[in-house]
Amino acid sequence: MTAYALDSWTLTRRTLLQWRNQPAGLALGLFFPVMILLMFAYLFGGAMQVPGGGDYKEFLLPGIFVLTMAFGLESTFQAVSTDAGRGVTDRFRTMPISSAAVLTGRSVADMLYAAVGLIVLIACGLAVGWRWHDGPVNALLAVGLLLLLRYALLWFGIWLALAAGKPEMLMAVQILVWPLAFLSSVFTAPETMPGWLGAIAEWNPLSATASATRELFGNPGQDGHFWLAVGWPVLLLAVFMPLAVRRYRRLT
Amino acid sequence: MRDPAIEATGLTRRFGSTTALEEFDLTVPAGTVHGLLGPNGAGKTTAVRILTTLLRPDAGQARVAGHDVVREAVRVRTRIGLVGQQAAVDEQLSGRQNLEMFGRLHHLGASGARRRAGELLDRFGLAEAADRPAAKYSGGMRRRLDLAAGLLISPAVLFLDEPTTGLDPRARNEVWREIRSLVADGTTVLLTTQYLEEADQLADALTVVDRGRVIATGTPDELKGDDHLEVVVRDAASLDATAEVLARIGTGEPHLDRDRRLVSVPVGDRVTALTRAAQELTDVDDLALRRPTLDEAFLNLTERSAP
Repeated sequence: MTAYALDSWTLTRRTLLQWRNQPAGLALGLFFPVMILLMFAYLFGGAMQVPGGGDYKEFLLPGIFVLTMAFGLESTFQAVSTDAGRGVTDRFRTMPISSAAVLTGRSVADMLYAAVGLIVLIACGLAVGWRWHDGPVNALLAVGLLLLLRYALLWFGIWLALAAGKPEMLMAVQILVWPLAFLSSVFTAPETMPGWLGAIAEWNPLSATASATRELFGNPGQDGHFWLAVGWPVLLLAVFMPLAVRRYRRLT
Repeated sequence: MRDPAIEATGLTRRFGSTTALEEFDLTVPAGTVHGLLGPNGAGKTTAVRILTTLLRPDAGQARVAGHDVVREAVRVRTRIGLVGQQAAVDEQLSGRQNLEMFGRLHHLGASGARRRAGELLDRFGLAEAADRPAAKYSGGMRRRLDLAAGLLISPAVLFLDEPTTGLDPRARNEVWREIRSLVADGTTVLLTTQYLEEADQLADALTVVDRGRVIATGTPDELKGDDHLEVVVRDAASLDATAEVLARIGTGEPHLDRDRRLVSVPVGDRVTALTRAAQELTDVDDLALRRPTLDEAFLNLTERSAP
């Protein structure tokens, strides 16, 4: 195995060990979106309009998947900023390992977490009556789009954490994620919003993924644009991946 | 002769409009402990960060363990250990998991890392707490774990940035003992500290920095300077006469402390000075030879360099 692959694995394994040491923290993190799902499905769901009609839960689930991917930004931010704040990142940087390995280790761990989170939510979705209707291939494509969004947010999160440099900023990130999620088609259709707000919501990258996955799952909602759901994350990646890597290398 | 373990010339680093380090020179022979002293914000940490490849200098060059810190940063990293001001460990992992992770990253292999982690945990008295999360460790234990992580590969040059800040005296002694045994095995140590006693105990040579510049360099004894002869008189009226005598005996200006009825003067040869003082002084309540502390020398130096 090359040093890069070996180091990346060591750093991924580090996160797996953290999970094993603190299973309660892991479970709580996975349970949180489930709680949101139950709240929206059963508390607010009755009052929600689905464009073109249909069951709100069918509309909601892809939104919750997207929301969970957006929440991932917080866990990436927390992990990266804690390491930077405690000097762990400095220790890595004085060791003969490539910066790519440190960032890959983080990515693989976070993507694993995202995948586990999606599996839990899909299981919960099936339990509350959500289904995919257009076959397993389209369903897998939808999952792919969700993970692509998460991957883009991962690099945004790394960059944000290195730029902010302080774990104390986590609260600010948490506060930012919510309006970003609400101002999209995650919970409600943009058509039901005032015109200008709806326009912003439609252009929200989270909406692009939500609409496209709804279409791929065969769930009700606006028409999705598959390429928009690919384009947004790719654009985010093109911007923040090089910025994050540069920031990591130049960290002072 | 072997190449110096650390050789820096003209290192300069600015952050915006502040100059953190200016024309910084440092030579540390292999196998010695070098102390870097200075008040807070003097540039000690900036110097360490440049020498450990974490920061690029704006000007100047430095070689550590034979390699240039900018052009051969990766090579430097295979030869150094850094123990910074914070305990740079993953608090969610146990002590053992931390050391095994850093060991694997040093490419000791899974079993090599496990064995080395075990050795270091024993050596640093962490064997009992090895499998508890580091978050549950006391400050001293976390510091020792941090130090152990810096020693996984028996580095050629170990950088210790205030390694005992916040430790109780017992834990501090343990860390000192470890540093001494490392040096006995041939490691070169660059130590920054605010505790002058620590520098005095450990360092073969010292560099004093203030506001980014080197203001003095030498062995602890050289920096402390001459011994002081101190005379306490019975009658305050004889203070001035005593000072006159001591001015002839000493190597510098006598210093008068009228409240304590004390005159002190730096002296060259101790025996001659003492004999002459006993013969020539008429009013003596107490007579003593005293070694200046490094603290006094340090305060003197930094005061002199103040604008």
